[in-house]
Amino acid sequence: MGAVWTVFRKEVLENLRDRRVILSAFFFGVLLAPMIFGLTTTMVSKRAVANQDKPLNLPIAGASNAPNLVQFLRENGAKVEDVELTSDEAIAAVRSGRQDMVLLIGEDYGKALQAGESAPLSLVVDTSNSNTSPSADRARQLLSAYGHQLAVLRLMVRGINPAVIEPVGVQTLDVATPAGRSLLILGMMTYFCFMSMLVGGFYLAIDTTAGERERGSLEPLLTLPVSRSQLIVGKMLATSAFMSVSLLLTLATFGVVLTFIPLEALGMSANFGPRVILPIFAIMATFVPLGAGLMTVVASFTRSNREAQSWLSVVMMFPIAPIMFAVVTGTKPSAALMAVPSLSQHLIATSLMRGDSIPALHVLICAGTTLALGALLVGIAIRLYRREAILG
Amino acid sequence: MILVEGLKKRFGTVQALQDVSFSAGDGKITGLLGHNGAGKSTTLRILSTVIRANEGRALIDGHDCSTDPLAVRRSLGVLPHASGLYAHLSGRENIRYYGELHGMRGAELDRATDQLIDRLALGAVAERRAKGYSQGERLKVGLARALIHRPQTIILDEPTNGLDVNAVRMLRELIRELRDSGRCVLFSSHVMQEVAALCDDIVIISHGRVVVRGTPAEILKATGAPDLEEAFVRAADQDEVA
Repeated sequence: MGAVWTVFRKEVLENLRDRRVILSAFFFGVLLAPMIFGLTTTMVSKRAVANQDKPLNLPIAGASNAPNLVQFLRENGAKVEDVELTSDEAIAAVRSGRQDMVLLIGEDYGKALQAGESAPLSLVVDTSNSNTSPSADRARQLLSAYGHQLAVLRLMVRGINPAVIEPVGVQTLDVATPAGRSLLILGMMTYFCFMSMLVGGFYLAIDTTAGERERGSLEPLLTLPVSRSQLIVGKMLATSAFMSVSLLLTLATFGVVLTFIPLEALGMSANFGPRVILPIFAIMATFVPLGAGLMTVVASFTRSNREAQSWLSVVMMFPIAPIMFAVVTGTKPSAALMAVPSLSQHLIATSLMRGDSIPALHVLICAGTTLALGALLVGIAIRLYRREAILG
Repeated sequence: MILVEGLKKRFGTVQALQDVSFSAGDGKITGLLGHNGAGKSTTLRILSTVIRANEGRALIDGHDCSTDPLAVRRSLGVLPHASGLYAHLSGRENIRYYGELHGMRGAELDRATDQLIDRLALGAVAERRAKGYSQGERLKVGLARALIHRPQTIILDEPTNGLDVNAVRMLRELIRELRDSGRCVLFSSHVMQEVAALCDDIVIISHGRVVVRGTPAEILKATGAPDLEEAFVRAADQDEVA
């Protein structure tokens, strides 16, 4: 055990002095990831807020043809603007982006309305422009509300119950909890946590195998009265320590960053105090042995530092892919999914952030399978270190 | 004391060692001489227990390299041809790391480290990071690291490669000193002059076989050559001709 501790201490000391390691391990986790996260969430929430509060600007060509409609639109918060455009000019204006949309009211509108026919209105919009589609939706809603109001009045005049034109009454009940709505955004966080955990151990995993071999320090090390398993275990412990510290720092930084992000403006609440951070750390830390073992195993097959780096950047995608998939599809936790390492940590971590209750069985399966797989990979790494081919 | 009997080693389809037998006594400097690729490094790697022979036996101070590698490593000091120092550790930290892995602690380790730093005139160099070391400084720290546990048997793999004259002289002096204190020193080289200047016994190896061994005088006699250089060339090429 003494030798394992000696190796561990030396690896930690040596790597703490390596600026390259410190930069990549802690720069990404502590600065870069929270910064990207902060910027994107701030932008998303600002935009959502802006779209809700902005009055609807509605340019109308031919407003004098429909004074009642224009009055209705004004009463419902639209800022009506009179424009002199033919229909071709309106189409050109919207296509080029000079106008977000234009409502065209023809001269025959009033006549058709009086005759009880369907009065023609054209709303010129560009659905490929995602910036304007929320206001186009609002304009459409206002117009159909006006139409609905007229229809109801006409039916009542004829003594008919307006319900006949509403055979089904659809009511939408929004059950999203405030924290639940922020799930997509917070889901990004587990992705960043995994990244920073793996990046934190990246250079150490390479250094313990390909690096030592390339520098010529491996061979004399193997002539010391210490078993190779002790050497590699000490090295993997150092890798794990860097990964854990990197993870913890990232989580702590997220805790700080989230207090500056206007999540409340989106109707979300961020549930991210120390009481949530520590359990998240604990559940994510079960992935550390697996990550350390995986990176060490891959690095032992490579011939040089450079080769190890390119292989490991590919390997780092494996644990991250299931998370990206889950964030995009909105996968819900289930006992079966808890057997998938990285995905299970992601699901439990997001549940913790939402404030949902987590079945003990899920935690057990998640930690059990991940640690078992970790033990397997550590075992493989030890076996590989015992081969003669480790000398290259 | 090193005893090697009938070593054979194969890497894939390449038979690196065909048949290597020799011995190196305590209080003697033994040179392992051969062209590049003759099997010197493979032999030294088997002796330092980094790899195992397919056949044959290698004993160091009575311990078998394949059955009791840990005992072998305890009585063995190895200087590889690449210094392999840790660049971000100071010279002293490099030396102490090996001492600790040899199980040395506290005052014993402090004293041994100080003595070696003193003996090798490392002084202030030992407190600097190994990153900026010169060839000679790297060699000295490498030597101190290999000798920290006072090994009885010392193996040096091509130690003079790429060294300047001063460093070579320092190294020779140290090797003689080790011999005079009763240690067994085995070093490999492909330079005849190097071996002639230093060795009590010479083992010439070619194509994975020992072709000649003995004192310089015995080798001259056996090969019938006028000088050691000629003897080396004749002995090393003998195998090819045959």
